[in-house]
Amino acid sequence: MSGALGGPPAGPVRWVPATVTAAWMETPGSRSLLLDAPELAPALAGQHVDIRLTAPDGYTAQRSYSLASPAGAEQLQVTVDRMPDGEVSPYLVDGLEVGDSIEVRGPIGGWFVWRPEQTEPVQLLAGGSGVVPMMSMIRTHAASGSTAPLRLLYSVRTPAGRFYTEELDRLAADGVVDLQYVFTRETPPEWPRQAGRLTPALVMEFGIVAADAPSVYVCGPTPFVESVADALVRLGHDPSRVRTERFGASG
Amino acid sequence: MGIFSPGFSGRSRERNPELPPGQYLETGFPVLTAGPTPRIDKRDWEFSVVSETGERRSWDWQAMLDLGAEDVATDIHCVTAWSKLGTHWRGVPIDRFLDAVDTNAEYLMAHSYGGYTTNMPLEEIKGRAWLAYEFEGEDLDPEHGGPARLLVPHLYLWKSAKWVNSLQLMAADAPGFWEQNGYSMHGDPWLEERYWGS
Ligand SMILES: Cc1cc2nc3c(=O)[nH]c(=O)nc-3n(C[C@H](O)[C@H](O)[C@H](O)COP(=O)(O)OP(=O)(O)OC[C@H]3O[C@@H](n4cnc5c(N)ncnc54)[C@H](O)[C@@H]3O)c2cc1C
Repeated sequence: MSGALGGPPAGPVRWVPATVTAAWMETPGSRSLLLDAPELAPALAGQHVDIRLTAPDGYTAQRSYSLASPAGAEQLQVTVDRMPDGEVSPYLVDGLEVGDSIEVRGPIGGWFVWRPEQTEPVQLLAGGSGVVPMMSMIRTHAASGSTAPLRLLYSVRTPAGRFYTEELDRLAADGVVDLQYVFTRETPPEWPRQAGRLTPALVMEFGIVAADAPSVYVCGPTPFVESVADALVRLGHDPSRVRTERFGASG
Repeated sequence: MGIFSPGFSGRSRERNPELPPGQYLETGFPVLTAGPTPRIDKRDWEFSVVSETGERRSWDWQAMLDLGAEDVATDIHCVTAWSKLGTHWRGVPIDRFLDAVDTNAEYLMAHSYGGYTTNMPLEEIKGRAWLAYEFEGEDLDPEHGGPARLLVPHLYLWKSAKWVNSLQLMAADAPGFWEQNGYSMHGDPWLEERYWGS
């Protein structure tokens, strides 16, 4: 079924082993893992993998995780938020150890991707862990030397809850990405705005205007994506240029 | 198989025979959509079936209701690995629309408001698909495809096109939106046909 249809290169998508080569806490509630999975095809920026865990009695559970690593990276990075009472994420955050193996399948998705050939401006809007695939796009943009204007609006609960803070600040200082944070629960000291949701007014204030015809990527928990995508359409963005990825009902 | 995760136990110790392979039970209703949610007023809503020769039949909201709806109790399965068991829908059997056109087609492409498409064999939906407009006794939310979506519960849910507005009958199969983007042409959850070649 693959190949002739266009879209991403695809061999059969099957489960292959992956070894954890490094792991660190990204925030108190989330952890990044570097995975070595030599049998996986190279990924595009924005794609995800499925991760499967098998209990000693053979019971399995699988979930999807976006890649934060740049397109084509040999070591795949995922960043997992610990969901209270979740089945899979607590194990990935607290249980898995460097040197352990898990199973992965992918890379998956040919729509929520950014390719360096794209020259139009790019607006990224992330809510919480929705910043993960955005990081892949930003890193891919930096590595490719793309000159497409790139902007990230990142909605996060607290300053301490930010993912990839140092690297994002550095990429912003280098001019790769225009970075704006929106804090929804607690702001850093002397922040110019009160803590609060990413409103249509803020999307209008900080986002690339519809007249510049950007490609827009929105990722995060479903309510975040719903409200932001609605706001974008009301601000005149062509719905066919707004790509969304929803991470589930909660979170 | 064969890679075990020491210390991982999982939530449910007994395998639920109603869950297809690789699926987990979800009590909420997550959303998988490629773009913004279209908002369509029932007053402007229209649904068409177009045969492979171009013959077109269309229904507005009332004409659709007049075809006669039925209650559907079914399990649903999303490719992102969640399933909901025992959901309740109300909708018009797709056969009632298909009966209105003359066709020898073997495939169809469902088109939606917002541009989404998905393909499936015609045989696959005869007697097993609905145009659904109520979920658990309420009008179907726009997030979940309201005012009306296709419901093809025996295939992964991306085949149940949200905001559907036409069925284009085709002599030959062609890939729809997710099918061009790495997902299976067929999508049977019991065969775990999630992705290309899987
Ligand atoms: C394309 C895609 C990409 C994604 N990328 C990422 C990513 O980069 N990073 C990331 O962190 N996540 C990502 N996710 C989300 C991820 O796949 C999981 O949904 C998430 O990690 C939660 O899984 P879990 O097994 O821990 O929780 P689950 O067991 O699935 O539960 C989720 C929540 O629901 C509640 N819940 C569910 N069932 C029950 C029950 N029976 N009883 C009580 N409570 C229940 C739990 O308390 C929990 O808070 C992505 C999802 C998709 C679809």
